[in-house]
Amino acid sequence: MNGALLTLENLTVRFGGLAAVDSVSFRVEPQTVHGLIGPNGAGKTTAFNLISGLGHQSEGHIRLDGETIDDWPSWQRAQHGLARTFQNIRMFGEMTALENVLAGMHVHVGGGLGATLLRLKSFRSAEAAAIAKGHEILGFLGLADASTRRAGNLPYGDQRRLEIGRALASDPKLMLLDEPAAGMNPSETAGLIELLLRLKSRGVTLLLVEHDMHFIMNLCDRITVLNFGRKIAEGTPLEVRSDPKVIEAYLGTKVAERLEAGARVR
Amino acid sequence: MSEFLADFLFSYQSLIHSLGINGLLALSMYVVLAIGQLSLGQAAFMGLGAYTSALLTLKLGAPFPLVLIASMAVPALAALIIGAPTLRLSGVYLALATIGLGEVLRIAFVNSELTGGALGLSGIPEKAGYALIFGCLALALIAFVLVSRSRIGRAMEAMREDEVAAGMLGVHLPRYRISALVVSAMLAGLAGAFNAHVSSFISPNDYGFDAAVTILSYALLGGIGSPFGPVVGAIILTLLPEVLRPLHDFRLVFNGLIIVIAVLFMPHGIVPWRIGRTGARA
Repeated sequence: MNGALLTLENLTVRFGGLAAVDSVSFRVEPQTVHGLIGPNGAGKTTAFNLISGLGHQSEGHIRLDGETIDDWPSWQRAQHGLARTFQNIRMFGEMTALENVLAGMHVHVGGGLGATLLRLKSFRSAEAAAIAKGHEILGFLGLADASTRRAGNLPYGDQRRLEIGRALASDPKLMLLDEPAAGMNPSETAGLIELLLRLKSRGVTLLLVEHDMHFIMNLCDRITVLNFGRKIAEGTPLEVRSDPKVIEAYLGTKVAERLEAGARVR
Repeated sequence: MSEFLADFLFSYQSLIHSLGINGLLALSMYVVLAIGQLSLGQAAFMGLGAYTSALLTLKLGAPFPLVLIASMAVPALAALIIGAPTLRLSGVYLALATIGLGEVLRIAFVNSELTGGALGLSGIPEKAGYALIFGCLALALIAFVLVSRSRIGRAMEAMREDEVAAGMLGVHLPRYRISALVVSAMLAGLAGAFNAHVSSFISPNDYGFDAAVTILSYALLGGIGSPFGPVVGAIILTLLPEVLRPLHDFRLVFNGLIIVIAVLFMPHGIVPWRIGRTGARA
């Protein structure tokens, strides 16, 4: 299957003697929602950082849409269609909501320095088009009324949405979402699931790290489970949920044994 | 009335010149701070521009436009040389390297025959006038406003707020960093050339660490929400010693005090308004 959008091959990173990510391989197929789960410290965010170019692997390869991106810096990966959000929101707080989304379009908005300084027609039409698209994205997020508000002043849930919108603005082939539901209340989480499903129907491929199992099981087509830096399971939500190794990782050996024994008796 | 104006312009000639020159220096500081970097090499770039222009005028009798271009090109080259290794890294490396550049240059100026040693160069013809200096300042300000309100300005502010997030949006961080430093060096070099060609005399001590800190204080006092902030800061800090003439010896103490007060009580400076970042009607 060479059609995979993202391929990790034996990805390993060591911090001193500790292998935070230990020969992890998996693929993310286009137009799917792929979940990356595991207990705390399993190496999920580290894997995200490797994929997005904020860290560098000790071994292994990363392929994005047919290109090996092992040595690419983050901005080059972004230019090649990768976008991400962060576990702790990294908003441009001083900028307005609209400007945040426009900043997300950096790669696609035209206008060189000359055209900018001379305010050529090409510059003006590119800006106008970007602004129109920015409003469209804000509408998609349900933040149409917030366009001129300072992003740092928006409520937490809206900032999460805006960060996703900023990533969406770059028209990414693959979007990485690091714990998008963290800190959200149930109704905000429900709204987020609905937003991400609409994202998926727009053709955006999602790879997400999340602790909220309800969220993961509802959204993902496929799930990869990490524990202590290693991949311990992969499959559909149904397969992963009943995998003894996954249950063991989450609930401990004894519970897993008892569940298994129970299953055999039944 | 026009006689009074002419009189005024003549009496305060050097002060008014300084306003324009320091305004340019403030903008040169702004362009680096605007992407979240800290350079303490503004005075060094200015010195390079001043010495380049003075030497070209005095020794070669080069035409003034050519002198001005060279006075921007030489600091730009220095910025490339010092920026290439330091700007790949984030953090304080640029600040450290530019302090080093300033000291190296000062010592070079003091010890070189060509630059007149510690006595500096004198007898530089007064070729820069109000129109030229303030014309350049106005042009630079307009250019900064136009760039601010564009994709480039958005990328710059994104870098200042969160470089990691900006990189994840595809902003080519090294290119932006080096471009900002080169533009900054060119503006400072131009200011140096004007300085040499209005005061007729330059010496190494004009471009030392004190000057670097003074230039930084323009931007800190004025604020970097828009390009106007640093220019206003420069105007205030240039006029202040004139207004407080009896305290003149304490000028540096004042600058230090103002930096402390600005950091403590006015994190956004005295011109706190932020320039918009869209290049068309929203």
